[in-house]
Amino acid sequence: MSLLEIKNLHVKVDNHEILKGINLRVNAGEVHSIMGPNGSGKSTLAQALARRETYAVTTGEVSYNGKDLLAMKPEEAACEGIFMAFQYPVEIPGISNAYFLRSAFNAIHKYRGLDEIDAIDFLPLFREKLKLLDMDEKLMNRSVNEGFSGGEKKRNEILQMAVLEPKLAILDETDSGLDIDALRIVAQGVDAMRNPERAIVVVTHYQRLLNYIVPDFVHVLVDGRIVRSGGPELALELEEKGYGAMETEARHATPA
Amino acid sequence: MEAQGLSPLGVAGEGASGTEVGTSLEELDPEILRTYEKLGIPIEEQKHLAGVAVDAVFDSVSVATTFKEKLAELGIVFCSFSEAVQKHPDLVRKYLGSVVPYTDNFFATLNAAVFTDGSFVYVPKGVRCPMELSTYFRINAANTGQFERTLIVADEGSYVSYLEGCTAPIRDENQLHAAVVELIALDNAQIKYSTVQNWYPGDKEGKGGIYNFVTKRGKCLGVNSKISWTQVETGSAITWKYPSCILQGENSVGEFYSVALTNNYQQADTGTKMIHIGKNTRSTIVAKGISAGHGQNTYRGQVKIMKGATGARNYTQCDSLLIGDKCGAHTFPYIEVRNSTARMEHEASTSKIGEDQLFYLRQRGLNAEDAVSMIVNGFCKRVFRELPMEFAVEAQKLLGVSLEGSVG
Repeated sequence: MSLLEIKNLHVKVDNHEILKGINLRVNAGEVHSIMGPNGSGKSTLAQALARRETYAVTTGEVSYNGKDLLAMKPEEAACEGIFMAFQYPVEIPGISNAYFLRSAFNAIHKYRGLDEIDAIDFLPLFREKLKLLDMDEKLMNRSVNEGFSGGEKKRNEILQMAVLEPKLAILDETDSGLDIDALRIVAQGVDAMRNPERAIVVVTHYQRLLNYIVPDFVHVLVDGRIVRSGGPELALELEEKGYGAMETEARHATPA
Repeated sequence: MEAQGLSPLGVAGEGASGTEVGTSLEELDPEILRTYEKLGIPIEEQKHLAGVAVDAVFDSVSVATTFKEKLAELGIVFCSFSEAVQKHPDLVRKYLGSVVPYTDNFFATLNAAVFTDGSFVYVPKGVRCPMELSTYFRINAANTGQFERTLIVADEGSYVSYLEGCTAPIRDENQLHAAVVELIALDNAQIKYSTVQNWYPGDKEGKGGIYNFVTKRGKCLGVNSKISWTQVETGSAITWKYPSCILQGENSVGEFYSVALTNNYQQADTGTKMIHIGKNTRSTIVAKGISAGHGQNTYRGQVKIMKGATGARNYTQCDSLLIGDKCGAHTFPYIEVRNSTARMEHEASTSKIGEDQLFYLRQRGLNAEDAVSMIVNGFCKRVFRELPMEFAVEAQKLLGVSLEGSVG
């Protein structure tokens, strides 16, 4: 059984249909990359899977871990093990990163009938992951993402992912806004999370992240549809040739 | 407001409230204790864990005072007003009405005419009160107005922290709460006055609820004196209060930290007045307003720098948070500066809980209500920091409870 199975997914945002019939299968242990030009629907796919209510599913089925994902609220999907690393992480004034992360950890544990953890017991786990991402502990006492640079925000997303240990991790353009060093640290952090029980979906424009996180499958999204799928070499082909050819192809294929 | 429809006096003996004035809680009416527990404010717990001396006030008649002996050793007076009038008449006579004269405003006059009881605190020279002093209020009988009067005097070099926590059972008819609180701090003395208020706010349609019209004022009479007001107002149908400071003594400091929440059809018009009279005086105002449902929340603050107040400094920050699209937030700052050496800072912000913030928290596993609660608590953190620990915990819980159903 696949971890994630998407059948004919159509998603509308603000009354515009963005996803026009997505079919995708992701198994545990795999890394998939979704690539495509701006406006193709990459982020829409990520947000719809994370169950954001402003992204309306008009048709289609999505099964996650044997359950109906489309019947889940965002927090249910999260507690069932779906994590999305946001493209634009928000700030939450007055709530420290440490407190926020521990609250999330406990919410998920409570949902699963596991013991919650207090601030003191949380510290060692927290510090271990901080080190992994080369982040300063002092940042953790600041309010969530407040005053963080773009790179720090993205690293914070991966830190959270490392602590919450999801089953399905969706990275929404995690590499955008990162400099060379930050990219390497983030990518290594994500790559370290590859394991046979976990699936990772990397949404990105660019090839460079995929140098570190070599995907098992690459899918090209154009105008709301997956037009090509292949192995990691597909990403290199895109880097060389661009999306142009595929966009033209897609336009001709679209029924009038 | 229909003043005729409200009976002015709730006299002890009418209704179910206890009237015994004992030296220990064992002599207290068990029904009263049960009410405290239901509301989550167990006096016993306070007594044993926090070491807080409690003066329980019901229907304008003080019921019990604990820890009297311990305080008496230090010369600290903490008793009901009626007792103070009997045992310390000179102190009362000297200070009563010196900060809020009966001519001050309509409700102060009303209070001066009909107040039956309240609390009195006197801290002698150089004494730091070792525990937080607390009084619980509860309006019990229907159609009763609550008129208690509090007078706190901190003599030279002394310190006292006072907690006021208000609760009320659910009633259909409106009830009036027109209390008066006067604080006086002499040379080098400090008074910290904290309030968590959750009087019955009325039902979801705006019917019923307490009218909370309180006059609270502190006078920094002495040199280097300091008075801090911290309030968390979540209840009452209508709130009208401006805890204020008169900064008379040189180098005196006034502070006001406030969180006011209005949900359903509540209205709050609250803020402070900082009157700078002496030299080198300082005031800090941090006001956080949260509006939800059809609530209307207003900050009204006055900072007045008198002609002789050389070197005065004020920092004011008022922030509003709107939840939903049917509520209102209003800000009316009054700034009057009559001395050109004054330094004034004013910041204001208005925000709402963004769908993106909510989604971010939900995507991490928090349900919608917990997400709102977390965002709101973060918003209020600067004020909650000023509350004594027990109150901070209660305040956070209170916000959560008060916002129930506001998420949509």
